[in-house]
Amino acid sequence: MVKLKYIIAFLGLFSLSLTGICQTPTAMKPIKGGTMLPLYGLDSSKVWVDDFLLDEYPVTNQQYLDFVKNYPEWQKFNVKSIFADGNYLYNWRGNRQLGENMNPNSPITNVSWFAAKAFCACQDKRLPSVDEWELAAKANETKPNAENDSLFNQRIIESYETPNTYSKTVGSTYQNYWGVYDMHGLVWEWTSDFNSVLISGESRQDGDADRNLFCAGAAISASNLRDYAAFMRYAFRGSIKADYNIKNLGFRCARTN
Amino acid sequence: MKIKYLTQLLSLVLLVNLFACQKQNDSSEQYICPMKCEDHKTYDHPGICPVCKMDLVKVSSIKEAVLDEDGISDKSIFNLTSEWKTQNNETIHLNDLKGKVMVVVMIYTSCEAACPRLVADMRNIYAKVDNPAVDYLLVSIDPEKDTPEKLKAYAKEEHLDGDQWILLQGGLDDVREFSNVLSMKYKKISPIDFSHTNIISVFDKNGVLHYQQEGLGMSNDKLVEEVKNLNK
Repeated sequence: MVKLKYIIAFLGLFSLSLTGICQTPTAMKPIKGGTMLPLYGLDSSKVWVDDFLLDEYPVTNQQYLDFVKNYPEWQKFNVKSIFADGNYLYNWRGNRQLGENMNPNSPITNVSWFAAKAFCACQDKRLPSVDEWELAAKANETKPNAENDSLFNQRIIESYETPNTYSKTVGSTYQNYWGVYDMHGLVWEWTSDFNSVLISGESRQDGDADRNLFCAGAAISASNLRDYAAFMRYAFRGSIKADYNIKNLGFRCARTN
Repeated sequence: MKIKYLTQLLSLVLLVNLFACQKQNDSSEQYICPMKCEDHKTYDHPGICPVCKMDLVKVSSIKEAVLDEDGISDKSIFNLTSEWKTQNNETIHLNDLKGKVMVVVMIYTSCEAACPRLVADMRNIYAKVDNPAVDYLLVSIDPEKDTPEKLKAYAKEEHLDGDQWILLQGGLDDVREFSNVLSMKYKKISPIDFSHTNIISVFDKNGVLHYQQEGLGMSNDKLVEEVKNLNK
């Protein structure tokens, strides 16, 4: 009988370790929703963002490695080319090995939108929407909305100018009002509806929204002219495709509250 | 008695766990440099490529990535597992559409500006191609409003008659994913309106994107020619 107890305990532990097949999920912080004035929009009307949960840190190399160990279809050489172009996990040594100089606790980059989406889904999470991400990102250390804080904006721009920030460790920048780290300063992040920013190489052919963003009229109708960093983010989102893998583009996951 | 149950239960748990582990050690497995530094030279054990120093990968893993067991190319939209409803309220997966050339556009039925022109383009292409072996897909970017009933009414209104016209409603996420496969962009800008790029895409019989026509009021000639070529 005593033996049996041991066996049960052992098996219990064993199966527990397996339920963690999606690696240890990152802790999440609640973000209070509210009305948001997106950077631009046809009528510049406010949008409503519900309360949601957001990962405290961007997903790390180590977490992504654990993920692909369990999901071989997302390994470097197994990934289907419809889901990721040839730069997927560019700097990895193999299907189950990070690159030699890669810090396991740096944010994962060189991942496609499809891959990021699959990672979050595996943890029963999802990617944050553009509006959610921007709402969480406009908080500085002390205020939920630091949009008009010129020092904060300056810091963001400076971080965009700093090279190779993707090789820093997660949590090494600042923790914002919501308790979330590294919203700016490490990597740019995928959002679920990044392709709702309408621009393309040949922007005359697009719908009308891109005119809002790119022609001179765009800048004038934007909600916050000083937020140059936001312009950069939106332009970046508008210029990428879901199968792209970029060395300073990572992600974190969100969940509906 | 109790112990018997317990052991049964435990062996079940153990069994499940073993399956979850999926050990993939196969001694017959061949290994190859992922960068093919030594062309097609293979090894019968894992190791490092002597040229680029990358880890060798299984030969089978490389083959799989190109063509899986169902003969689906890794570039094919049939890799998407999403579920859709047609205008006839039938549930389908994209790979149910395998075997036919497809012309695809994303629209929403309450759209008044660009979509009618896109749909007119589709009808135009349909008439010019004039081949029953081609499917015409209209995928709604407003799945919350565009129910199968609504899509059916829309098809009737727009004279999209016959089996070749397939109108699809999907989940919000799946529609977003589909749009990303087409590199098509859209945004809901008001409760009834979307802004969106105007793209008509041609997929071959294996679901691989073959040609895209971007913009409104373009000539359809090139696209029609591509569709015809795919059916030769």
